[in-house]
Amino acid sequence: MDLQQRFVAGDLEAFEQLFRDHQRQVYAWIMRIVRNSATAEDLTVETFWRIYRSRLLFRPDGSFSAWSHRIATNVALDHLRKARLETTLPDDLLAPVAPDPAVSRETRDRIRSAFVNLPPKYRLVATLALIEEAPYEKIAATAGITISLVKVRVFRATRMLRKQLRALATEIGARS
Amino acid sequence: MNPEQQNRASDRDAEDQELKQLKHLLRQAIPPLPSDQLEPRADLWPQLRVRIESQSNWDRGANSNRERRRTRVPWFDWALAALAAAALLIFPGIIPALLYHF
Repeated sequence: MDLQQRFVAGDLEAFEQLFRDHQRQVYAWIMRIVRNSATAEDLTVETFWRIYRSRLLFRPDGSFSAWSHRIATNVALDHLRKARLETTLPDDLLAPVAPDPAVSRETRDRIRSAFVNLPPKYRLVATLALIEEAPYEKIAATAGITISLVKVRVFRATRMLRKQLRALATEIGARS
Repeated sequence: MNPEQQNRASDRDAEDQELKQLKHLLRQAIPPLPSDQLEPRADLWPQLRVRIESQSNWDRGANSNRERRRTRVPWFDWALAALAAAALLIFPGIIPALLYHF
């Protein structure tokens, strides 16, 4: 019996092996979405917990990596939905490697707050497509949507961002 | 290329340009994560194992409780059953009457 078959049969050692083989990739994927290491660790555990619980739904000849990424995306999206109102981005991850002098600190702050206000499903796609530059095919496969829908969501997310940035600019202009 | 096609192409170019600009701004505000941030700080298996084991214990406990609840019969039910059996043995004549009513 191979590793995946043993996992489906409930063998904990086989599951540990699969966990060790895939935890880095799953953690990295979740981290890209939630951008907070403590949260990413919790969500990685939650992802593998869900994987273990639903092992009977897994086809032993299927791709464990694709399946785990799909579950990880759902777990991360659930988190974004729940934590929407209290979500902030940690400062230590926000320093650009090559800062553009033309982009002021104020502009960066405005963009961050506009980004945090995006609806979770758009934020997910925008993070992966625009910031992390993940391929559309991978985003589609992990989010369980079509490539065209990924494109539509990226387009809508950019529109929302532009709109929010305009609104914030007006607000700041009115205050000063 | 007719003027309509030209307009469409220039609209698409403008959109692409705008998307590129927004992407640049976004990556300045929220930079992509460096590879050293993409590793968990600790081994997560012990946490997961504790969770699996505690859930398994809970499941086992819930199952045995359910099992116990299923097999437990109160003492007065046993007493009633014994009385009924004794009545049938002592007065076998009531058996046809009972069968008639059932």
